[in-house]
Amino acid sequence: MLMKLCTDFMGWIDKRLPVTDAWNKHLAQYPAPKNFNFWYFFGSLAMLVLVNQILTGIWLTMNYEPSGDGAFASIEYIMRDVDYGWLLRYMHSTGASAFFIVVYLHMVRGLMYGSYQKPRELLWIFGMLIFLVLMAEAFMGYLLPWGNMSYWGAQVIISIFGLVPIIGDDLTLWIRGDYVISGATLNRFFALHVIAMPLVLVILVFLHILALHEVGSNNPEGIDVKKKKGSIKPEDQSKFKFHKQYTDKYDIVDAIPFHPYYSVKDIMGVAGFLILFCWVLFFAPEGGGYFMEAPNFTPANGLKTPEHIAPVWYFGPFYTILRVIPNAMLGAIGMFSAIIVLFLLPWFDRGTVKSVRYRSKLHLFNLIQFSICFVVLGALGTLPATPTANMIGAIASFGYFGFFVALWFYSKNEKCKPVPERISH
Amino acid sequence: MKQFIKALAFGLATIVSVSALASSGGVHLDHANNDLTDKESLKKGFKTYINYCLGCHQLQYQRYNRTFKDLGIDEADGVANYMYTGDKVGGHILNAMPKKEAAKWFGSAPPDLTLEARFRSPDWIYTYLRSFYMDENRPFGVNNSVFKDVGMPHVLQDLQGVSSIDEHGNVSPAMGGTLTVEEYDVLVRDLTNFLEYVGEPNKLEREAMGVNVLIYLFIFFIVAYFLKREFWKDVH
Repeated sequence: MLMKLCTDFMGWIDKRLPVTDAWNKHLAQYPAPKNFNFWYFFGSLAMLVLVNQILTGIWLTMNYEPSGDGAFASIEYIMRDVDYGWLLRYMHSTGASAFFIVVYLHMVRGLMYGSYQKPRELLWIFGMLIFLVLMAEAFMGYLLPWGNMSYWGAQVIISIFGLVPIIGDDLTLWIRGDYVISGATLNRFFALHVIAMPLVLVILVFLHILALHEVGSNNPEGIDVKKKKGSIKPEDQSKFKFHKQYTDKYDIVDAIPFHPYYSVKDIMGVAGFLILFCWVLFFAPEGGGYFMEAPNFTPANGLKTPEHIAPVWYFGPFYTILRVIPNAMLGAIGMFSAIIVLFLLPWFDRGTVKSVRYRSKLHLFNLIQFSICFVVLGALGTLPATPTANMIGAIASFGYFGFFVALWFYSKNEKCKPVPERISH
Repeated sequence: MKQFIKALAFGLATIVSVSALASSGGVHLDHANNDLTDKESLKKGFKTYINYCLGCHQLQYQRYNRTFKDLGIDEADGVANYMYTGDKVGGHILNAMPKKEAAKWFGSAPPDLTLEARFRSPDWIYTYLRSFYMDENRPFGVNNSVFKDVGMPHVLQDLQGVSSIDEHGNVSPAMGGTLTVEEYDVLVRDLTNFLEYVGEPNKLEREAMGVNVLIYLFIFFIVAYFLKREFWKDVH
């Protein structure tokens, strides 16, 4: 009886909005390669963290006061007087750092298995746009506690825009809405942080997933699971039922429906992630001074510079590139180039073999040196700029850009191992 | 993939070692070894704070009744023995010091100390309050080896006594105070303990909740693992 009621209800809905069809197309009958490994957890984890940020953000907004006079005190009000306010705040602040950890690992995955290569260029670009908006979102969010590091960190970053020729000063004035960072800046950053950026972020994530499902998921082997229609004998095809949008055009091999197989697997990933996340959240919410910096426990003060201004750790790599180039203008260009080259990665890589498993030793080495350089740049970004640090930073910057240049040269005629037709395990 | 994990591990090791190098500079700090679960210590620290510190340093984000509740002080007892300023019991721990004048008296207005333990660290507070020494060149006749040329007088001087510094920068043990060196250390430890509590009144609650959350998550992980294995039987 109840069953029939449900079926009737869904029938009624489906005639008006293709809910069941969308569910099947994107989850229950979406062909996902059967060999996803550990690295494939980070996409769904990024979604989890996004939801965490939005939900905790909504509740924080209920008690936060976006004004120069009230912001700092309202955070302490949330920490002390709001029921579980401290929990919401730490979930949000730890979530911000977790977001970047998860997204960086998600990007490393894409690099390793060539997930940016044709036909996934647009998917990669949407991902990069998400990363860019996420950086803007995090930067604006970091000003909101109105602590002294919020203030001076924002000061440093906004001053970078002042390096733009001719319009630089007007541009920084336009961004701040005042001659110095003030309540006006805080107000507009608040508006952008809670409405504009999250909205754009959610739309981009939606497009990222649509683009993914249009071209299909890559996998650690870099072997396509969608084969030319009619090229695979029926008994060799995947035994699972997939949506006709995929089976009409392709023969599907070595794939399984995303739901329930990867949904249950991702739940396991979520549990594992939450163990680490909650361990930080409950026992070290300051993240050793990296997730919440000590000077931020004093209110913003335009007359009192913290001893060592460091951007939050996740901006470290780009900040270091800015800093190691002696000329400020060139430094800013260098920093923005570091992001632009990432956007252009699908065209720097002229190879056709996707996964590092079947590519040359040189490519493996290049990826490893790139990862090390990125981590070193990130570490240096949080440290004072000593001559030694600058020298290491210059070498690491060279390695960072060198990755792309070298890739462009060797990928054209790279000696790769033969790629099997099918995923064997 | 193994190479990648190695590479990442190497990178993380670099971060840790480099930042350890960077943070080792500066003054040596003694360990406060304070204990947030020790309510007697917190009460004594609260008392010391009210008697010696509150005159200049507010705790503008912390409320009296919240402190009474967390420290296990009966409200009537609290009003009688910890509140001298005639505030409401639900009010913040404030003083009547005029900020502008205070800035003239001390060079800069005495800062609010609600978050001092989070800004500086408990060890810093513990060491700082035990590092005053005589210095004729300073307005109040004292200087501090942790916070050079600090504007604050040595408010606890009657208790600790006076120390001097030699040309190597070593501060001699204090003499002439009403407390022995050990008693003074205990007093400062209690005060530090109280300031750490005020910095984050929910710290103990947070950690207690964290234990429960982690136990729950471990069980959840095991269930999720077996659920995944059960479902994946048809794949393999």
